Amino acid sequence: MIALLHRDLLLATRAGGGFGLGLVFFLIVVVLVPFGVGPETAILSRIAPGILWVAALLAALLSLDRIFALDHEDGSLSLLATAPIPLEAVAVIKAAAHWLTTGVPLAIAAPVLGVLLHLDPSAFGFVVVTLLLGTPALSVIGTFGAALTVGIRRGGLLLSLIVLPLYVPTLIFGAEAVRRGVDGQDTATPLLMLGGITAGAVALLPFATAAVLRMNLR
Amino acid sequence: MRQPCYRSSPVLSVQNLAVARGGATVLAGLSFDVPAGEALILRGPNGVGKTTLLRTLAGLQGAVSGHFECPADEGAYASHADAVKSALTVEENLQFWADIYGNAVPDMVWDQFDIRDLQTRIAGTLSAGQKRRLGLARLGVIKRKVLFLDEPTVSLDGFSVRLFADYLRDQHLAQGGIAIIATHVDLDLAATTLELEPFTATDHQTDTGDEAFL
Repeated sequence: MIALLHRDLLLATRAGGGFGLGLVFFLIVVVLVPFGVGPETAILSRIAPGILWVAALLAALLSLDRIFALDHEDGSLSLLATAPIPLEAVAVIKAAAHWLTTGVPLAIAAPVLGVLLHLDPSAFGFVVVTLLLGTPALSVIGTFGAALTVGIRRGGLLLSLIVLPLYVPTLIFGAEAVRRGVDGQDTATPLLMLGGITAGAVALLPFATAAVLRMNLR
Repeated sequence: MRQPCYRSSPVLSVQNLAVARGGATVLAGLSFDVPAGEALILRGPNGVGKTTLLRTLAGLQGAVSGHFECPADEGAYASHADAVKSALTVEENLQFWADIYGNAVPDMVWDQFDIRDLQTRIAGTLSAGQKRRLGLARLGVIKRKVLFLDEPTVSLDGFSVRLFADYLRDQHLAQGGIAIIATHVDLDLAATTLELEPFTATDHQTDTGDEAFL
Protein backbone atom coordinates (compact mmCIF):
# COMPACT_ATOMS: atom_id res chain seq x y z
CA MET A 1 0.00 0.00 0.00
CA ILE A 2 2.86 2.33 0.84
CA ALA A 3 4.34 1.28 -2.50
CA LEU A 4 1.24 2.54 -4.33
CA LEU A 5 1.30 5.87 -2.47
CA HIS A 6 5.01 6.20 -3.17
CA ARG A 7 4.50 5.46 -6.86
CA ASP A 8 1.59 7.91 -7.21
CA LEU A 9 3.51 10.71 -5.49
CA LEU A 10 6.54 9.95 -7.66
CA LEU A 11 4.40 10.00 -10.80
CA ALA A 12 2.78 13.29 -9.75
CA THR A 13 6.11 15.02 -9.30
CA ARG A 14 7.70 13.67 -12.50
CA ALA A 15 7.27 15.46 -15.82
CA GLY A 16 3.64 15.55 -16.93
CA GLY A 17 2.46 14.42 -13.51
CA GLY A 18 0.25 17.43 -12.92
CA PHE A 19 1.58 18.27 -9.46
CA GLY A 20 1.70 22.00 -10.17
CA LEU A 21 -1.51 22.05 -12.20
CA GLY A 22 -3.92 22.75 -9.34
CA LEU A 23 -1.54 25.15 -7.66
CA VAL A 24 -0.98 27.23 -10.79
CA PHE A 25 -4.73 27.32 -11.47
CA PHE A 26 -5.29 28.51 -7.89
CA LEU A 27 -2.68 31.23 -8.37
CA ILE A 28 -4.21 32.39 -11.66
CA VAL A 29 -7.75 32.66 -10.27
CA VAL A 30 -6.63 34.56 -7.19
CA VAL A 31 -4.48 36.94 -9.24
CA LEU A 32 -7.29 37.59 -11.75
CA VAL A 33 -10.07 38.28 -9.24
CA PRO A 34 -8.78 41.73 -8.15
CA PHE A 35 -8.61 42.73 -11.84
CA GLY A 36 -12.22 41.72 -12.32
CA VAL A 37 -13.64 43.05 -9.06
CA GLY A 38 -11.64 46.25 -8.84
CA PRO A 39 -9.08 47.48 -6.34
CA GLU A 40 -11.41 48.43 -3.45
CA THR A 41 -9.77 46.75 -0.48
CA ALA A 42 -12.97 46.65 1.55
CA ILE A 43 -14.79 44.57 -1.08
CA LEU A 44 -11.77 42.35 -1.73
CA SER A 45 -11.13 41.48 1.89
CA ARG A 46 -14.84 40.78 2.33
CA ILE A 47 -15.00 38.27 -0.54
CA ALA A 48 -11.47 36.85 -0.05
CA PRO A 49 -12.44 33.77 2.04
CA GLY A 50 -15.09 32.78 -0.49
CA ILE A 51 -12.78 33.33 -3.47
CA LEU A 52 -10.01 31.28 -1.87
CA TRP A 53 -12.40 28.44 -1.13
CA VAL A 54 -14.02 28.42 -4.58
CA ALA A 55 -10.61 28.60 -6.26
CA ALA A 56 -9.27 25.75 -4.12
CA LEU A 57 -12.33 23.66 -4.92
CA LEU A 58 -11.99 24.20 -8.67
CA ALA A 59 -8.25 23.54 -8.49
CA ALA A 60 -8.92 20.23 -6.77
CA LEU A 61 -11.51 19.40 -9.44
CA LEU A 62 -8.98 20.00 -12.21
CA SER A 63 -6.80 16.98 -11.49
CA LEU A 64 -9.56 14.50 -10.57
CA ASP A 65 -9.89 12.77 -13.92
CA ARG A 66 -6.24 11.68 -13.77
CA ILE A 67 -6.78 9.66 -10.60
CA PHE A 68 -7.93 6.46 -12.33
CA ALA A 69 -7.95 7.32 -16.05
CA LEU A 70 -4.18 6.95 -16.55
CA ASP A 71 -4.06 3.65 -14.66
CA HIS A 72 -7.02 2.42 -16.69
CA GLU A 73 -5.45 3.36 -20.01
CA ASP A 74 -2.16 1.55 -19.45
CA GLY A 75 -3.81 -1.50 -17.88
CA SER A 76 -2.45 -0.95 -14.35
CA LEU A 77 -5.94 -0.78 -12.87
CA SER A 78 -6.86 -4.33 -13.95
CA LEU A 79 -3.59 -5.57 -12.51
CA LEU A 80 -4.12 -3.68 -9.26
CA ALA A 81 -7.60 -5.22 -9.05
CA THR A 82 -6.06 -8.69 -9.23
CA ALA A 83 -3.12 -7.82 -6.94
CA PRO A 84 -3.14 -8.88 -3.28
CA ILE A 85 -4.34 -5.51 -1.99
CA PRO A 86 -8.06 -4.77 -1.61
CA LEU A 87 -9.56 -2.26 -4.04
CA GLU A 88 -10.87 -0.32 -1.02
CA ALA A 89 -7.24 0.28 -0.04
CA VAL A 90 -6.44 1.35 -3.60
CA ALA A 91 -9.30 3.87 -3.36
CA VAL A 92 -8.01 5.26 -0.05
CA ILE A 93 -4.42 5.50 -1.32
CA LYS A 94 -5.48 7.19 -4.55
CA ALA A 95 -7.50 9.77 -2.59
CA ALA A 96 -4.60 10.29 -0.18
CA ALA A 97 -2.17 10.83 -3.05
CA HIS A 98 -4.56 13.34 -4.62
CA TRP A 99 -4.91 15.18 -1.32
CA LEU A 100 -1.14 15.29 -0.73
CA THR A 101 -0.51 16.65 -4.23
CA THR A 102 -3.39 19.18 -4.34
CA GLY A 103 -5.10 19.76 -0.98
CA VAL A 104 -2.00 20.25 1.15
CA PRO A 105 -0.16 22.58 -1.30
CA LEU A 106 -3.37 24.61 -1.72
CA ALA A 107 -3.78 25.00 2.03
CA ILE A 108 -0.17 26.13 2.37
CA ALA A 109 -0.40 28.56 -0.55
CA ALA A 110 -3.76 30.04 0.47
CA PRO A 111 -2.54 32.58 3.09
CA VAL A 112 0.24 33.73 0.76
CA LEU A 113 -2.24 34.34 -2.03
CA GLY A 114 -4.69 35.77 0.50
CA VAL A 115 -2.41 38.80 0.67
CA LEU A 116 -3.31 39.55 -2.95
CA LEU A 117 -6.99 39.63 -1.93
CA HIS A 118 -6.42 41.78 1.16
CA LEU A 119 -7.45 38.90 3.33
CA ASP A 120 -7.60 39.96 6.96
CA PRO A 121 -4.41 38.68 8.69
CA SER A 122 -6.55 37.22 11.47
CA ALA A 123 -8.16 34.94 8.87
CA PHE A 124 -4.89 33.29 7.69
CA GLY A 125 -5.10 30.62 10.37
CA PHE A 126 -8.76 29.91 9.64
CA VAL A 127 -8.12 29.57 5.90
CA VAL A 128 -5.34 27.03 6.45
CA VAL A 129 -7.28 25.05 9.05
CA THR A 130 -10.53 24.92 7.07
CA LEU A 131 -8.71 23.94 3.87
CA LEU A 132 -6.75 21.21 5.65
CA LEU A 133 -9.98 19.98 7.23
CA GLY A 134 -12.12 20.25 4.10
CA THR A 135 -9.88 19.22 1.20
CA PRO A 136 -9.67 15.53 2.24
CA ALA A 137 -13.42 15.38 1.59
CA LEU A 138 -12.88 16.96 -1.83
CA SER A 139 -10.26 14.31 -2.69
CA VAL A 140 -12.32 11.35 -1.43
CA ILE A 141 -15.53 12.50 -3.15
CA GLY A 142 -13.54 13.24 -6.29
CA THR A 143 -11.97 9.78 -6.24
CA PHE A 144 -15.46 8.31 -6.13
CA GLY A 145 -16.47 10.45 -9.11
CA ALA A 146 -13.31 9.44 -10.97
CA ALA A 147 -14.14 5.78 -10.38
CA LEU A 148 -17.66 6.29 -11.74
CA THR A 149 -16.36 7.79 -14.99
CA VAL A 150 -13.22 5.67 -15.38
CA GLY A 151 -14.06 3.87 -18.60
CA ILE A 152 -15.58 6.87 -20.35
CA ARG A 153 -13.64 8.79 -22.99
CA ARG A 154 -13.56 12.50 -22.19
CA GLY A 155 -15.36 11.80 -18.94
CA GLY A 156 -14.14 15.06 -17.41
CA LEU A 157 -17.37 16.97 -17.99
CA LEU A 158 -19.52 14.19 -16.54
CA LEU A 159 -17.13 13.93 -13.63
CA SER A 160 -17.49 17.65 -12.85
CA LEU A 161 -21.28 17.45 -13.06
CA ILE A 162 -21.36 14.51 -10.67
CA VAL A 163 -18.83 15.83 -8.20
CA LEU A 164 -19.61 19.57 -7.97
CA PRO A 165 -23.01 19.23 -6.21
CA LEU A 166 -21.36 16.90 -3.70
CA TYR A 167 -18.73 19.57 -3.04
CA VAL A 168 -21.30 22.22 -2.06
CA PRO A 169 -21.65 21.37 1.66
CA THR A 170 -17.86 21.39 2.12
CA LEU A 171 -17.67 24.77 0.37
CA ILE A 172 -20.48 26.29 2.43
CA PHE A 173 -19.13 25.25 5.82
CA GLY A 174 -15.49 25.92 4.89
CA ALA A 175 -16.10 29.48 3.71
CA GLU A 176 -18.57 30.10 6.54
CA ALA A 177 -16.01 29.09 9.16
CA VAL A 178 -13.44 31.54 7.75
CA ARG A 179 -16.03 34.35 7.54
CA ARG A 180 -17.11 33.84 11.15
CA GLY A 181 -13.49 33.67 12.24
CA VAL A 182 -12.79 37.06 10.65
CA ASP A 183 -15.90 38.58 12.23
CA GLY A 184 -14.92 37.23 15.62
CA GLN A 185 -17.97 34.96 15.86
CA ASP A 186 -18.13 31.39 17.14
CA THR A 187 -16.60 29.04 14.53
CA ALA A 188 -17.25 25.74 16.32
CA THR A 189 -20.42 24.79 14.41
CA PRO A 190 -19.14 25.19 10.82
CA LEU A 191 -15.79 23.61 11.76
CA LEU A 192 -17.58 20.61 13.30
CA MET A 193 -19.78 20.28 10.23
CA LEU A 194 -16.75 20.51 7.97
CA GLY A 195 -14.89 17.88 9.99
CA GLY A 196 -18.00 15.71 10.08
CA ILE A 197 -18.40 15.79 6.31
CA THR A 198 -14.74 14.87 5.84
CA ALA A 199 -14.89 12.07 8.42
CA GLY A 200 -18.07 10.66 6.89
CA ALA A 201 -16.70 10.80 3.35
CA VAL A 202 -13.37 9.21 4.31
CA ALA A 203 -15.13 6.45 6.25
CA LEU A 204 -17.79 5.49 3.69
CA LEU A 205 -16.84 6.50 0.17
CA PRO A 206 -13.79 4.21 -0.35
CA PHE A 207 -16.19 1.23 -0.20
CA ALA A 208 -18.44 2.83 -2.82
CA THR A 209 -15.39 3.67 -4.94
CA ALA A 210 -14.16 0.07 -4.84
CA ALA A 211 -17.61 -1.30 -5.72
CA VAL A 212 -17.88 1.08 -8.67
CA LEU A 213 -14.38 0.16 -9.88
CA ARG A 214 -15.24 -3.54 -9.83
CA MET A 215 -18.28 -2.83 -11.99
CA ASN A 216 -16.37 -0.63 -14.42
CA LEU A 217 -13.58 -3.19 -14.83
CA ARG A 218 -15.93 -5.94 -16.01
CA MET B 1 -19.80 -12.33 -8.28
CA ARG B 2 -16.23 -13.50 -7.92
CA GLN B 3 -15.84 -17.23 -8.27
CA PRO B 4 -14.46 -18.99 -5.23
CA CYS B 5 -10.89 -20.21 -5.35
CA TYR B 6 -10.34 -23.21 -3.12
CA ARG B 7 -7.09 -23.32 -1.27
CA SER B 8 -6.39 -27.04 -1.40
CA SER B 9 -6.92 -27.46 -5.13
CA PRO B 10 -3.61 -28.14 -6.90
CA VAL B 11 -4.95 -27.59 -10.40
CA LEU B 12 -7.00 -25.16 -12.37
CA SER B 13 -10.32 -26.86 -12.96
CA VAL B 14 -13.09 -25.41 -15.10
CA GLN B 15 -16.55 -26.98 -15.26
CA ASN B 16 -19.25 -26.06 -17.75
CA LEU B 17 -18.22 -22.40 -17.70
CA ALA B 18 -20.02 -19.72 -19.71
CA VAL B 19 -18.62 -16.21 -20.04
CA ALA B 20 -20.12 -12.98 -21.35
CA ARG B 21 -18.80 -9.81 -22.92
CA GLY B 22 -20.93 -6.67 -22.96
CA GLY B 23 -23.96 -8.60 -21.73
CA ALA B 24 -23.86 -11.21 -24.52
CA THR B 25 -22.70 -14.75 -23.75
CA VAL B 26 -19.74 -15.51 -26.02
CA LEU B 27 -18.53 -18.90 -24.80
CA ALA B 28 -20.53 -21.66 -23.11
CA GLY B 29 -20.01 -25.22 -21.94
CA LEU B 30 -16.27 -24.92 -21.34
CA SER B 31 -14.75 -27.68 -19.24
CA PHE B 32 -11.06 -28.38 -18.83
CA ASP B 33 -8.43 -29.17 -16.21
CA VAL B 34 -4.89 -27.89 -16.19
CA PRO B 35 -2.61 -29.82 -13.81
CA ALA B 36 0.38 -28.23 -12.12
CA GLY B 37 3.35 -27.71 -14.43
CA GLU B 38 1.30 -27.57 -17.60
CA ALA B 39 0.23 -24.87 -20.01
CA LEU B 40 -2.96 -24.46 -21.98
CA ILE B 41 -2.95 -22.51 -25.25
CA LEU B 42 -6.26 -20.87 -26.19
CA ARG B 43 -6.87 -20.48 -29.90
CA GLY B 44 -9.70 -19.07 -31.94
CA PRO B 45 -10.53 -16.24 -34.31
CA ASN B 46 -10.74 -12.62 -33.14
CA GLY B 47 -13.75 -11.95 -30.97
CA VAL B 48 -14.30 -15.58 -30.00
CA GLY B 49 -13.84 -14.69 -26.33
CA LYS B 50 -10.22 -15.46 -25.45
CA THR B 51 -9.73 -12.24 -23.50
CA THR B 52 -13.16 -12.56 -21.87
CA LEU B 53 -12.35 -16.08 -20.70
CA LEU B 54 -8.98 -14.98 -19.30
CA ARG B 55 -10.50 -12.00 -17.49
CA THR B 56 -13.19 -14.25 -16.01
CA LEU B 57 -10.63 -16.78 -14.78
CA ALA B 58 -8.51 -13.95 -13.34
CA GLY B 59 -11.51 -12.77 -11.32
CA LEU B 60 -12.00 -9.44 -13.10
CA GLN B 61 -15.53 -10.32 -14.14
CA GLY B 62 -18.11 -12.84 -13.09
CA ALA B 63 -19.03 -15.99 -14.99
CA VAL B 64 -22.51 -16.37 -16.50
CA SER B 65 -22.82 -19.96 -15.33
CA GLY B 66 -20.67 -22.90 -14.33
CA HIS B 67 -17.74 -22.62 -11.97
CA PHE B 68 -14.00 -22.95 -11.78
CA GLU B 69 -11.47 -23.70 -9.09
CA CYS B 70 -7.97 -22.39 -8.87
CA PRO B 71 -5.39 -22.21 -6.07
CA ALA B 72 -6.24 -19.27 -3.80
CA ASP B 73 -4.21 -16.09 -4.18
CA GLU B 74 -2.06 -17.56 -6.91
CA GLY B 75 -3.56 -16.03 -10.06
CA ALA B 76 -1.91 -13.28 -12.08
CA TYR B 77 -3.28 -11.62 -15.16
CA ALA B 78 -1.30 -10.02 -17.98
CA SER B 79 -3.38 -8.08 -20.49
CA HIS B 80 -2.78 -6.56 -23.92
CA ALA B 81 -1.61 -3.42 -22.11
CA ASP B 82 1.78 -3.49 -20.42
CA ALA B 83 0.86 -1.44 -17.33
CA VAL B 84 4.19 0.33 -17.70
CA LYS B 85 4.38 3.84 -16.24
CA SER B 86 6.29 5.91 -18.76
CA ALA B 87 7.45 8.53 -16.23
CA LEU B 88 9.19 5.92 -14.07
CA THR B 89 12.43 4.09 -14.80
CA VAL B 90 12.43 0.39 -15.72
CA GLU B 91 13.72 -0.48 -12.26
CA GLU B 92 11.08 1.65 -10.48
CA ASN B 93 8.35 -0.01 -12.52
CA LEU B 94 9.43 -3.50 -11.48
CA GLN B 95 10.14 -2.48 -7.90
CA PHE B 96 6.58 -1.16 -7.59
CA TRP B 97 5.04 -4.52 -8.51
CA ALA B 98 7.53 -6.32 -6.28
CA ASP B 99 6.48 -4.13 -3.33
CA ILE B 100 2.77 -4.62 -4.05
CA TYR B 101 3.25 -8.39 -3.96
CA GLY B 102 5.67 -8.21 -1.02
CA ASN B 103 8.61 -9.63 -2.97
CA ALA B 104 12.08 -8.43 -3.85
CA VAL B 105 13.10 -8.08 -7.50
CA PRO B 106 15.13 -11.24 -8.18
CA ASP B 107 18.41 -10.48 -9.92
CA MET B 108 17.90 -13.11 -12.62
CA VAL B 109 14.79 -11.32 -13.92
CA TRP B 110 16.99 -8.74 -15.65
CA ASP B 111 18.62 -11.44 -17.79
CA GLN B 112 15.54 -13.63 -18.22
CA PHE B 113 13.74 -10.80 -19.98
CA ASP B 114 16.85 -9.18 -21.46
CA ILE B 115 16.30 -5.79 -19.79
CA ARG B 116 19.52 -5.46 -17.77
CA ASP B 117 20.86 -2.76 -20.07
CA LEU B 118 17.60 -0.80 -19.74
CA GLN B 119 17.52 -0.82 -15.93
CA THR B 120 17.92 2.93 -15.41
CA ARG B 121 16.12 4.10 -18.56
CA ILE B 122 12.87 6.06 -18.27
CA ALA B 123 10.19 3.62 -19.46
CA GLY B 124 8.69 6.27 -21.75
CA THR B 125 11.78 6.10 -23.96
CA LEU B 126 11.52 2.34 -24.54
CA SER B 127 10.42 0.79 -27.83
CA ALA B 128 7.18 -1.19 -27.99
CA GLY B 129 9.04 -4.50 -27.77
CA GLN B 130 11.18 -3.35 -24.86
CA LYS B 131 8.07 -2.15 -23.03
CA ARG B 132 6.48 -5.54 -23.63
CA ARG B 133 9.54 -7.28 -22.16
CA LEU B 134 9.28 -5.00 -19.12
CA GLY B 135 5.57 -5.81 -18.83
CA LEU B 136 6.33 -9.54 -18.96
CA ALA B 137 9.19 -9.19 -16.47
CA ARG B 138 6.48 -8.26 -13.94
CA LEU B 139 5.47 -11.94 -14.04
CA GLY B 140 8.96 -12.97 -12.97
CA VAL B 141 8.80 -10.50 -10.09
CA ILE B 142 5.37 -11.29 -8.65
CA LYS B 143 5.94 -15.08 -8.77
CA ARG B 144 2.37 -16.26 -9.06
CA LYS B 145 1.66 -19.92 -9.79
CA VAL B 146 -1.26 -19.45 -12.20
CA LEU B 147 -0.68 -17.07 -15.10
CA PHE B 148 -3.43 -15.80 -17.40
CA LEU B 149 -1.59 -14.39 -20.41
CA ASP B 150 -3.38 -12.45 -23.12
CA GLU B 151 -1.28 -12.29 -26.31
CA PRO B 152 1.99 -12.09 -24.37
CA THR B 153 4.20 -12.01 -27.46
CA VAL B 154 2.64 -9.02 -29.27
CA SER B 155 5.39 -6.71 -30.62
CA LEU B 156 8.17 -9.08 -29.53
CA ASP B 157 10.84 -10.15 -32.04
CA GLY B 158 11.73 -13.80 -32.60
CA PHE B 159 14.58 -13.76 -30.10
CA SER B 160 12.43 -12.26 -27.35
CA VAL B 161 9.62 -14.74 -28.04
CA ARG B 162 12.10 -17.60 -27.53
CA LEU B 163 13.41 -15.88 -24.40
CA PHE B 164 9.89 -15.65 -22.98
CA ALA B 165 9.07 -19.24 -23.97
CA ASP B 166 12.27 -20.35 -22.21
CA TYR B 167 11.20 -18.49 -19.08
CA LEU B 168 7.76 -20.12 -19.13
CA ARG B 169 9.14 -23.63 -19.79
CA ASP B 170 12.28 -23.67 -17.64
CA GLN B 171 11.23 -21.44 -14.75
CA HIS B 172 7.50 -21.12 -14.42
CA LEU B 173 6.20 -24.52 -15.56
CA ALA B 174 9.23 -26.40 -14.27
CA GLN B 175 8.42 -25.12 -10.77
CA GLY B 176 4.88 -26.45 -10.93
CA GLY B 177 3.22 -23.34 -12.29
CA ILE B 178 0.22 -23.19 -14.59
CA ALA B 179 -0.17 -20.93 -17.61
CA ILE B 180 -3.29 -20.22 -19.69
CA ILE B 181 -2.11 -18.42 -22.81
CA ALA B 182 -4.11 -16.81 -25.60
CA THR B 183 -1.69 -16.59 -28.49
CA HIS B 184 -1.34 -17.09 -32.23
CA VAL B 185 2.43 -17.61 -32.03
CA ASP B 186 4.01 -21.03 -31.61
CA LEU B 187 5.74 -20.78 -28.23
CA ASP B 188 7.30 -24.25 -28.55
CA LEU B 189 5.89 -25.35 -25.20
CA ALA B 190 4.69 -28.83 -24.33
CA ALA B 191 1.18 -27.51 -24.00
CA THR B 192 -2.36 -28.61 -24.70
CA THR B 193 -4.17 -26.49 -27.27
CA LEU B 194 -7.83 -25.65 -26.77
CA GLU B 195 -9.74 -24.51 -29.84
CA LEU B 196 -12.44 -22.16 -28.57
CA GLU B 197 -14.59 -21.85 -31.66
CA PRO B 198 -16.71 -25.00 -31.00
CA PHE B 199 -17.73 -23.49 -27.65
CA THR B 200 -19.17 -20.32 -29.13
CA ALA B 201 -22.53 -19.63 -27.48
CA THR B 202 -25.40 -19.94 -29.92
CA ASP B 203 -28.10 -18.01 -28.10
CA HIS B 204 -26.83 -14.45 -27.75
CA GLN B 205 -29.26 -13.63 -25.01
CA THR B 206 -28.89 -10.12 -23.70
CA ASP B 207 -28.33 -9.87 -20.00
CA THR B 208 -29.94 -6.67 -18.73
CA GLY B 209 -27.54 -6.80 -15.82
CA ASP B 210 -29.69 -5.66 -12.93
CA GLU B 211 -26.88 -6.66 -10.60
CA ALA B 212 -25.36 -3.31 -11.43
CA PHE B 213 -28.02 -1.79 -9.22
CA LEU B 214 -27.46 -4.05 -6.25
